[in-house]
Amino acid sequence: MGYLETMLNELAHFALILAFGVAIVQTIVPLVGAHRGNVAWMRLAEPAATIQFLLVGFSFAALTWAFIVSDFSLQLVFMNSHTDKPMIYKITGVWGNHEGSMLLWVLILTLFGASAGWFGQGLPMRLRARVLAVQSSVGVAFLAFVIFTSNPFLRLELPPLNGRDLNPLLQDPGLAFHPPFLYLGYVGLSMAFSFAVAALIEGRVDAAWGRWVRPWTLAAWMFLTVGIALGSWWAYYELGWGGFWFWDPVENASLMPWLIATALLHSAIVVEKREALKSWTILLAILAFGFSLLGAFIVRSGVLTSVHAFAVDPERGVLLLMILGFFLGGSLVLYAFRASAMQTQGVFSTVSRESGLVLNNILLAVSCFVVFIGTMWPLVTEMLFDRTLSVGPPFFDAAFTPFMVALAIALPLGSMLAWKRGSFDRMTKAMAGWLFLAVALAALAYAVQSGNSALGPIGVALGVWVVGGALADLWIRAGRDDLRAKLRRLRNLPRADWGKATAHIGMGVTIFAIAGMLAWEKEDIRIANIGDRWDMGAFSVQLDAVNQLQGPNYVTTMADMSIWRGDRELYTLQPEKRFYPVANMPTTEAAISNGFIRDVYVVIGDPQVDGGWAVRTYDKPFANWIWGGCILMALGGLFSLSDRRLRVGAASAKPARANAVPAE
Amino acid sequence: MIRLIAILLLVASTAMAVEPDEILDDPALEQRARALSQGLRCPVCRNESIDESNAELARELRILLRERLVDGDTDQEAVDFLVARYGEFVLLRPDTSGVNVVLWYAAPAMLLVALGIGWATIRRRAPAPTALSATEKADLEKILRS
Repeated sequence: MGYLETMLNELAHFALILAFGVAIVQTIVPLVGAHRGNVAWMRLAEPAATIQFLLVGFSFAALTWAFIVSDFSLQLVFMNSHTDKPMIYKITGVWGNHEGSMLLWVLILTLFGASAGWFGQGLPMRLRARVLAVQSSVGVAFLAFVIFTSNPFLRLELPPLNGRDLNPLLQDPGLAFHPPFLYLGYVGLSMAFSFAVAALIEGRVDAAWGRWVRPWTLAAWMFLTVGIALGSWWAYYELGWGGFWFWDPVENASLMPWLIATALLHSAIVVEKREALKSWTILLAILAFGFSLLGAFIVRSGVLTSVHAFAVDPERGVLLLMILGFFLGGSLVLYAFRASAMQTQGVFSTVSRESGLVLNNILLAVSCFVVFIGTMWPLVTEMLFDRTLSVGPPFFDAAFTPFMVALAIALPLGSMLAWKRGSFDRMTKAMAGWLFLAVALAALAYAVQSGNSALGPIGVALGVWVVGGALADLWIRAGRDDLRAKLRRLRNLPRADWGKATAHIGMGVTIFAIAGMLAWEKEDIRIANIGDRWDMGAFSVQLDAVNQLQGPNYVTTMADMSIWRGDRELYTLQPEKRFYPVANMPTTEAAISNGFIRDVYVVIGDPQVDGGWAVRTYDKPFANWIWGGCILMALGGLFSLSDRRLRVGAASAKPARANAVPAE
Repeated sequence: MIRLIAILLLVASTAMAVEPDEILDDPALEQRARALSQGLRCPVCRNESIDESNAELARELRILLRERLVDGDTDQEAVDFLVARYGEFVLLRPDTSGVNVVLWYAAPAMLLVALGIGWATIRRRAPAPTALSATEKADLEKILRS
C-alpha cells in the first residue's frame, strides 16, 4: 500500500483521539456553563458536537476506504476482508466485525449528538447545553472503549498479500444492512436518555419536554423495528429451515430496548398532551438506553451463550459492564433524588386514554421483564445456585405470548378512548361489528384448517380485532357527516393519527402472520433422485438437476427444482449449498418463491450414499406478512415523525403564525 | 471440476438438522419425536435445539430419542432419560423446581403489583365527582342568567 493510505490511516487514528478530547470538553464545559448561567460556555456544546461528528466521520470514512482498496496493513482489514470479495461486502465488512462495528456505533452516537445541535434550535439554551453534554459523556465512554480496547487502526508491520475473508454468513444483503439499522435504533435511544438526564438535572419536565423527546424516540424506535425485522428476515431465508425468531440472548437483547422504547413512545404522548406520567416516562427513557447498553454487553462479552457471539472478549465485557453500570447506576441515583420534583398536572378518570396508555406501559414493561429474566436466568442460577440450565424458546413462548395477547386485546379499546374522561359506549358501538367479524373468521379458520390447533384461529381473531380497531378509530375521527365530508376530514387528519393507525395495523398484521405461519406451515424432508416429483400442499415439486458451479469467492452445489400445480409448471427454484474455501465454511442458500399468500421454500442437502439428494421443501403461509407488518409499524413511525407538531424547531421557525393562533 | 467436487465431499459432513434417514415410518411417533426434540438443547452447540442443530451429537441424540420412543417410552420417560445423561441443561423449558419458581412466577407477580400500583395511581388522580349538586346547578343557572 502506498504512502497516501498509510497517512490516511494514521490521520484517521489521530482524528479519533481528537474526537475523544472534544467529547471530554463537550461534556464538562456546557454542564458547568448551564449551572453558572454562562452563555458562552453553553454555546460551546453545539459546534463541539458538530466537530466531534466530523472527526469520527472522517475516521470511519478512512476505515471504509482501507476496506475498499484492501489495505492489508490494517490488521482489521486483513482479518475480515479479501480481494476476491464483491465490493458491496468489502464495504459492509467495515461493520462486520467487533472493532468496525464499535466505530459505527460511535459514529451514529456523534451523529445523533450533532443532529440534536442542528435541529434543537427551538430548545431552551440551558436544556440544550445539558442534553448535548450528557450525550457527549456517553461519547467519551465509547470513544475511550474504541481507542483503548477495540482500536480498528492497529497496523501490521508486514502487510500480508491477502486477507482472511469476512464470515460468509455476513456476505448477504440482509445481514449487511441489519447492523446499521439496529445501531441507529440502539444508539438513537441515547437521545431519549440524554433528554431524561438533562431534565433530571434541570428538575423540570413539562409538555414541551415530551414533545422534544418524542421525535428522537420515534426515530430510534423506527430504526430498531426495521433492524430487528431485517435480522429476523435474514434468519428466515438464510438458516435453511425458515425459522425467524429463536429467543437467543442476542435477539432478546434487541427486543428488550424495543419493548421499552415502544412503552416510552406511548407514555411521552401522555406527558406531551396531559402533563402526567412524567417521572415514569423519565424512568422509561433511562431504561430504554440501559437495555441498549445491556445488549451491547450481552453481544460482546460472551457471558451468555449465543449463536450470534462474535469477537467475544471477557476483558472488553468487563469494560462494557462498567460503562453500563456507570450510566444506568448514575442516572438511576439521579432519578431517585429528583423524580419527586416532577409535578403531575393533568388529572384523568379511570376510563380514559391515559389509563389505556398506562395499561399499555404495564404490559410492555412486564413483557420486557419476562424477556429479561429469561435471558439472564441461566447466568443467575449458575453463579448463585450452581445449577447449569437453559432457558429457551418453549419458556418464552409460554411466558411472553400471554402478555402480547393481552396487549392486542386491549389495544383497540384503549386507543379509542377519549383523553381525560372516556366512555365505553362509543367504543362498544364501533367495535361490536369487528368483534363479531374477528370471532366469525376465527371460527371459519378453525373449520377449514386440518387438525385442531387453536393457534391459527386465535391469530386470525387478534389480527382482525387489532386492524379493525385501527380502522374503526380512523372512521370515528372522520366525523358523522356524509361520505365526502368524511373523506375530506380523513385527508386532513394530522399525520400522527395516520401514523398511529398504520403502526397499529402493522402490529395486527404481524401478530396474525406469526400465528398463521406457525400453525399452518408444512414441511417435507426426503431423499430425492433426479426426476422425482412429490406433493407439497397445493403444489408438487420436482428435482430436475444438481450442478456444481464456481462463484466469485465460493464453490456451490446448485439444484434446479421445478414447482408444479397439476400438470402445469409454474417456475424453477435454485437452492444452493455453498462452500467458502478461504473462511473454510459452508452455507445454505435456500431458494424461496415469495408469494402474497405463501412462500414455497426449498433447500438442497447432502448427496446420499445410495444415490439421490436430501431435500427439504416447506410451505410457509403468510410468511411475508410478518415483516410486512414490521414495515407498516416503521412506516407508522415515519408518518408520525413527519407530523408538523413534532418537528423540533417548527414553533420557532414560524413565530408569527404561532402567535396568531390562540392557545388550544 | 474434480477439485471442486473433492472440496464439496470434504465438507459433506455438514449435515443439516433432521436428515431423511432419521425419520420414523410411523408419522404419529415421528411427530412426537419432532415436538420433543424442539424442546431439547444440543449440549455441544451454542444455543440450538437438537431439532435444528447440524452437530453430530445432535444427530445422535435425535436418533437415540427416536429409539426410545420406538421402544415404547412415554414422552416424559424419553426426556428423563436424556436429562439423566446430560443434566437439566438440555431442557430448553426449565422445570419449576426450587429456585426456578422465581423464573416462572416473577413476571405474573410483577404484573399484579404493577396493575395494583397503576390502579391506585389512577384512582388517586381521579377528578372530583363530575355531576353538579342541586345547589351548584342553581348557582350556575344564576351566574349564566346574570
